[in-house]
Amino acid sequence: MKTLAILIGCAMAAWAASNDTFVIRNADVYPVTGAEMKGVSVLVQDGKIADIGAKIVAPKGMRVVDAKGLRVYPGMIDSATELGLAEIESVRESVDTGELGEFMPQLRALVAVNPGSEHFGVVRVNGITSAMTFPSSGARGGGGGGGRFGGGEQQLISGQAALIHTDGWTWEDMAIQRTAAMHLLFPSIAGRGGRGGAPVPDSVLELISGTAGASSYTQARRTYEQQIGKLNDFFDQARQYQKEKAAHAPGFRTDLKMEAMIPVLEGKVPMAVSASRASAIHDAIAFADKQNIKIVLLQPRELGKVAAELKAKNIPVILGRVLALPQAEDDAYDQAFTLPSEAYKAGVKFAFGTFDNEFVRNLPFEAATAVAFGLPYDEALKAITINPAQIWGVGNELGSVEKGKWADLVITTGDLLEIQTGIKHLYIKGKEVELSNKQTRLYEKYVAR
Amino acid sequence: MTKLKILLAASIVLAPLGAETTVIRNATIMTVTKGTVKGSIVVKDGKIAEVGEKVMEPAGAKIIDAGGQYVIPGIIDCHSHIAVDGSVNEGSVSVSSMVDIKDVINPEDIAIYRALAGGVTTANILHGSANAIGGQTLVLKMRWGRDAQGLIFEGAMPGIKFALGENPKRAGNPQGGRGATTVEARYPATRMGIEDTIREAFNEAKAYKAEWDAYNAKAAAGERLIPPRKDLKLEPLKEILEGKRYIHAHCYRADEILMLMRVADDFGFKIRTFQHVLEGYKVAKEIAAHGAGASTFSDWFNFKVEAGDAIPYNAAIMQKYGVVVSMNSDDAELMRHLNTEAGKAMRYGGVTETEALAMVTLNPAKQLGIENRVGSIEAGKDADLVIYDKYPLSDFAKVQKVLIDGNLYFDRDQEVTGRAAKQAEKQRLLDKEKQEQQRQQPQRRPGA
Repeated sequence: MKTLAILIGCAMAAWAASNDTFVIRNADVYPVTGAEMKGVSVLVQDGKIADIGAKIVAPKGMRVVDAKGLRVYPGMIDSATELGLAEIESVRESVDTGELGEFMPQLRALVAVNPGSEHFGVVRVNGITSAMTFPSSGARGGGGGGGRFGGGEQQLISGQAALIHTDGWTWEDMAIQRTAAMHLLFPSIAGRGGRGGAPVPDSVLELISGTAGASSYTQARRTYEQQIGKLNDFFDQARQYQKEKAAHAPGFRTDLKMEAMIPVLEGKVPMAVSASRASAIHDAIAFADKQNIKIVLLQPRELGKVAAELKAKNIPVILGRVLALPQAEDDAYDQAFTLPSEAYKAGVKFAFGTFDNEFVRNLPFEAATAVAFGLPYDEALKAITINPAQIWGVGNELGSVEKGKWADLVITTGDLLEIQTGIKHLYIKGKEVELSNKQTRLYEKYVAR
Repeated sequence: MTKLKILLAASIVLAPLGAETTVIRNATIMTVTKGTVKGSIVVKDGKIAEVGEKVMEPAGAKIIDAGGQYVIPGIIDCHSHIAVDGSVNEGSVSVSSMVDIKDVINPEDIAIYRALAGGVTTANILHGSANAIGGQTLVLKMRWGRDAQGLIFEGAMPGIKFALGENPKRAGNPQGGRGATTVEARYPATRMGIEDTIREAFNEAKAYKAEWDAYNAKAAAGERLIPPRKDLKLEPLKEILEGKRYIHAHCYRADEILMLMRVADDFGFKIRTFQHVLEGYKVAKEIAAHGAGASTFSDWFNFKVEAGDAIPYNAAIMQKYGVVVSMNSDDAELMRHLNTEAGKAMRYGGVTETEALAMVTLNPAKQLGIENRVGSIEAGKDADLVIYDKYPLSDFAKVQKVLIDGNLYFDRDQEVTGRAAKQAEKQRLLDKEKQEQQRQQPQRRPGA
């Protein structure tokens, strides 16, 4: 009896001291994967969700967070950022996206993630607990070749994107999926658009092909075909390398670029493919078929007929930004606002990305805009929680409030997607993260001047 | 039949814009100045005639049933560069006060229609920020379909763009400050030089004004003299000294904001608005004391070094110290949802709903000196109105209808139902173009 009491005492002490074990009481839980549960408790043990329900009895001494009148959601996931890699976009010294080189699959975004970046604190206070971080500025607006600053040839494979938590002491701490995707900037005839200007729509391209612009079009077409050729050659080389390695071929030498491609060829790592126009998307799908690789489409700006292809081949899509201008002058003003609803109606699986660092914190508001323009609310919520978790291969660990998953949780005063909603608590792997950052500190300092 | 045709033609010719009488019924009306009313708005001769729970509906008025919907005053963007043909920067000189945005207005810029679809009815169109003293600015109404003259907000005070900090320094640092020679560089290259550039310009303008004042005094006394030579660079600066032209100053850091106010104090003029003013919260007391307005971004930061201390609480802090604050876009996309930018002022820093809404309506109207015409829903003001399907400070809301001067300029239902016809027309034109190409193909290559 005495021993038991001591044991319990020890255990109690452990709960009291451990910062990733606690219980949330009286909360309205929005699990995303199931129906809303009102006035329930969530038990978090060792950073994982141990139980959810009305009848959970918290062991005596366990830390209790009262969430009466508050809501619990899973932490949000942004599927396209440069978090940790780029600090001030106009200062090259502070930007580590956009390495030189045409085929750079060996580059790892993860190792360049700066945990001290001010951006992490800023996005956390809005409830974003994890993010895909890409090695290329191409993930920012689908544009440009390699770097925003460098010249040289257009980059095709920019490296490995990582799924990370938005808090941690080191990038090792932060890593969820070290190589969540290999980033391919799919070639395009009329450029990929991006910040500098929208890509030329197919309808216009077709027209140019028969007129005064014909020679430049033919030139662009030739460059495009050369790039596709190079891309196929690169994959063929990688496949040859894979065979030689498996066969322990005599004289086999390790090649880091080729090594990096093996998980892609084995279908273990998806290729995240930036392609914005319908024709480029169609070609990218054909390429993936030919090479027999898994792909995730990044930042399409139009879907149209390719939506059915994406659906038929189960290719998930990262949409964003929702708050974007139409591609062409005569496109509908709400083209980007309605694209998510179009994807949904076609049965395409998708998640949202902000394709930026500065506006990652607006991820929930982008999702809400899609709802205003026809996307069912639940689908918008899924597109920033469970869908990205599944797309990036961690559907069993993240993305919903379910037993056994990491306790990446947000406690809010209301609807997660609503601008007016306040965030009260944030947990990453069950550890409470302080809702402060450089901006809140400056606020406190100067509001009291 | 002929009679009917004449009548129809006459009605088209005689109906002046804004003459239609309209009643917006059953709406939740957020007036900004007089609270929120559930009721109706009567629009007559382009103006708001009546607002209230119960109104006198004029016979034959066009009825817009806004049941379950919200009406706010037309949104005013105090910082935009849309509807400009070509570059917004005359960057070859440090003082480009002689150039005028009015000369390069493009009324066919699709951004006007897109802004309209986002509830914007008025925008302050500014010269760029490449020089310490930039070009003259212009206030436009988003009257899509009208010519350049028809877009101009009649009677709005003329303005001028000033710019401080990194942008106007840039031409002084062509290689990012490394290896630049003084030959390629354009003064100034530092914040010190920016102050000097502005002082030098006003020093000149003061002398120029004195010359004119002396001439005018003598001329008024009946002396017959040759007038001084008109200087197109100094003329707008003279207007500033006379209080006839507003300064909209692009700025980021607290030091440069303070500097410009002190220069203004020394020369006896006022800064009308600080634009962007991301560190305005650090000198909010000083800005309030000067009487300048502040037009800022809700949440931009870290896009350049001088935006490193930008905080989303900026608007709330400046407002707390008594500064008239507006949220602007500086961007053709952001311009389309300034309602949610206002919503962010509530999220960050907790301003009230009315204060937030005022940041995109009444406050920018005050900053542009047009608050007697627009910015709130009151009898006598221009009927510039936006109807939203839902609570407008939320990101779930979308614009349904926009009226300017009582005319319906945007209607989402019409826009959506009209798309098929527009698409068909586009296809027809594309097909025609293709046929034409095929027809001409052999002639284009006679040697083939």
